[in-house]
Amino acid sequence: MKTITLALAASVAVLVPAVASAQNETAKACFIYVGPIGDFGWSYQHDQGRLEAMEHFGDRLETAYLESVPEGADAERAIERFARSGCDIIFTTSFGYMDATNTVAGRFPDVKFEHATGYKREHPNVSTYNSKFHEGRYIQGVIAGRMSEAGVAGYIASFPIPEVVMGINAFMLGAQSINPDFQLKVVWANTWFDPAREADAATALIDQGADIITQHTDSTAAMQVAAERGIPAFGQASDMIEFGPETQLTSIIDDWGPYYIERIQAVMDGTWEQVDIWDGLAEGHVVMAPYANMPDDVRAEATETEESIRSGAFNPFTGPVNKQDGSVWLAEGEVAEDSVLLGLNFYVEGIDDQLPQ
Amino acid sequence: MRIELVKRPQQSALFSALSPFIAFGLTIATGAILFAALGKDPLETLYFYFIDPLTETWSLHELAIKAAPLILIAVGLSVCFLSSNWNIGAEGQFIMGAIAGSILPVVFPDFQFWFVLPLMLLMGIAGGAAYAAIPAILKVRFNTNEILSSLMLVYVAQLFLDWLVRGPWRNPAGFNFPETRSFHEYARLPEIWAESGRAHYGFAFALIAALILWFVLSRTLKGFEIKLIGQSPRAGRFAGFSAGRMVIFAFVISGAMAGLAGISEVSGAIGQLRPSISPGYGFTAIIVAFLGRLNPLGIVAAGLVLALTYLGGEAAQISVGLSDKVVRAFQGSILFFVLACDTLIHYRIRLVRPNTAPAEAANV
Repeated sequence: MKTITLALAASVAVLVPAVASAQNETAKACFIYVGPIGDFGWSYQHDQGRLEAMEHFGDRLETAYLESVPEGADAERAIERFARSGCDIIFTTSFGYMDATNTVAGRFPDVKFEHATGYKREHPNVSTYNSKFHEGRYIQGVIAGRMSEAGVAGYIASFPIPEVVMGINAFMLGAQSINPDFQLKVVWANTWFDPAREADAATALIDQGADIITQHTDSTAAMQVAAERGIPAFGQASDMIEFGPETQLTSIIDDWGPYYIERIQAVMDGTWEQVDIWDGLAEGHVVMAPYANMPDDVRAEATETEESIRSGAFNPFTGPVNKQDGSVWLAEGEVAEDSVLLGLNFYVEGIDDQLPQ
Repeated sequence: MRIELVKRPQQSALFSALSPFIAFGLTIATGAILFAALGKDPLETLYFYFIDPLTETWSLHELAIKAAPLILIAVGLSVCFLSSNWNIGAEGQFIMGAIAGSILPVVFPDFQFWFVLPLMLLMGIAGGAAYAAIPAILKVRFNTNEILSSLMLVYVAQLFLDWLVRGPWRNPAGFNFPETRSFHEYARLPEIWAESGRAHYGFAFALIAALILWFVLSRTLKGFEIKLIGQSPRAGRFAGFSAGRMVIFAFVISGAMAGLAGISEVSGAIGQLRPSISPGYGFTAIIVAFLGRLNPLGIVAAGLVLALTYLGGEAAQISVGLSDKVVRAFQGSILFFVLACDTLIHYRIRLVRPNTAPAEAANV
C-alpha cells in the first residue's frame, strides 16, 4: 500500500508543474448509482467510468459514490449530502434523479451537476448526458437478421420509456434490412435489475420460438439462460463475454470514462459549461464488444454497418420507415429528428407486440 | 442437545427497561468488530453512523423527513397489532393514499386555491382508510386471513400506481417518461422552517398522531377495548365489545395514517407521483411499531432511531467507504439484538439433553 502511495506521490510531483496554470489542481467527483455496482450492467459501467477517471487523474482526483440509492425522496438527500461534503461535480446516473438533481443544483450554484438520461436543465450548473445506444442496437439487429434461423428474436425490455422503445425499433430496422419478415417478441420485465425475472423472461421467449436473445435490462441472467439453452445472445451495458463465452455475439458497452474525464478536467480548468450531450459510436461513448461466435461474413457485415454509422454516412432511423399501424413515419431518405426520438412512443411496422401505454 | 424457549413466570422490570440499552450496546460492539475486521476505524465509523447526522441542521431536517412516514404508519399499525389485527399492507395503503390525494393536482391542475392542500390531505386519509377497509371487511364477512389479503393488496396498489403514471396520468409534457406533472404550489405541503432545510409538515402530523393515539390507547375506554380484544377476544365479548367492529376500526385507523403518510410524502418530499414513491416505508414501519413496543411514544423514538441508521449508513458509505451491503447488515443487527433481548426477557433458554427428549415427546 505504502509503495503505491509513494508511486502516486511521485507521479503527482511530475504532473504538478504541468497543471500549475490550471485553476484547480484537484477536484472531488461524486457519483450516485441506482443499482449495485456489482450488477455488471448500468451501474457497474458508470463505476468503471469513475475508476477510469481515478486512474487518469491519480491523486488529483478524489471520488466518492453511493450505490443502490432509491429514486424518490432519498435521492435528494443523497445528492444534497454530496453537495455539502465538498464535491465539485456530482454525477447522478439515473433518470429518476432528474428533479432531485435540479432542486439541489438550485441550492448549490457553485457545484456542478451532471444528470444522465434526463432532459431538465433548470439551472446553469446542470448538464445532461446520454448515449445513442440505439446505434449499437441497429448493428445487433443486422447480426440477428443473419444469425437467427427461425427469424425470431426475443427482446427483454425494461420500461416503455423513449430510450427503450428507440432500441427496440432500431433493432427491428436492422433485422428487417436483412430479413423483411423478421419477427420480434418483446417481454416487458418492468425492472432494470432483477436477475430472476430477467431469466424467466428469457426462458419464456425461447419457449415461444425465439432463437436469439437481446436485452435492455442490466443483469447477466438472460445471457446465462441463453448459454444453457445453446442459443446466441447479446450483452447489455458491459462486455458480458465471461458469462457466455460461446453465447455472446457482441454487447453494447456504455463507456462513460472519456466523458467523466473530460468533464472533471473542465471543472479543474474552470471551463465547465452547461451541455446537453447525446453521443454515440463516433465519439466513443458507445463501444461494441468484439464480434464473436459468428461466421466471418456476418462479422464483416457488422463491422461495415458499425463503420458507416460511426462515420455519419448512415443513420439507423432513415426512411422509408412505417409506424406499426402502417402509416408513414419517415419518407424515403428522411432522417428522424432527435426531438422525435427523445419522446418516441410508437413501434415501427412489423413488431408483434402492443406498446404499453 | 436441543434448545428450548421457556416462558418466564415473571418478567424483570429492571431488564425490561434496560433491554433497549443492552441491545444497543451489543449492536455497537458487533459493529465495532465488523468494521475493524474490514479495516475501518471502528470509532470513526460509529461516529459517522450515529453522531455525524445529528451535528448539522440540514441533516436533522432529513432525519425528520425520513422518520415522518415511518412514525405515522407505525402508530396506526400499533392500533392494529394491539387488537391482534395483522395489517401487513400499510405499504399499499400508503400508495393508495398518495394516489387518492393526488387526484386534484394531477387531474385538475388548473384548480389552484388555498384549500386544495387540505382537500388533498383529507382525500389521502380517505384513500388509505378505504383501501385498508377491504381486508378488514373480507375478514369480518368471510373470515379470510388478513395477513394474506392485506399483503397481496400491496402489489395491486403498486401496479395500479405504475399503470397510472405510465398511462392516463403521465405528464403530457414529460417526453413520455413515467411520472405525473409536478404539483403546483397550492398542492405542496409547506416546509416547517424553510430557511434551514426541507422538512415538511408531515413530521408535525406524525408527532400529533402519536400524541393523540397515545392518549387514546392509555387513557380512554376505546384504548382499553383495543387492548382487551387483542389479548382476549372472549373477555372482550363478555365486556360487550364487538370484535368485528374492532377489526374495521383498527384497519381504518391504520389505513388512514398510512394514507396521510403517503399524501404527505408525495406533496411534501417528492412533488409528483412516480412509479415508485416509497422505498418500503409500509414494511419498515412494521419493524418500527415493534421496536417501539406498540406504544406510540416509543414508536416516535424507534422511528427516529431507524431513520438515523439510514442517514448514518449513507454518511458511513461516503466518509469511510463502507459498502452498501455492510450498512444493511449492520442495520439488521440492530433489529436482531433488540428482538433477541426482548425475547430473552419474556423467555429463558433451556438446554434439553437428548435422553430426556423421548419422554417429552411422549407427553405431546
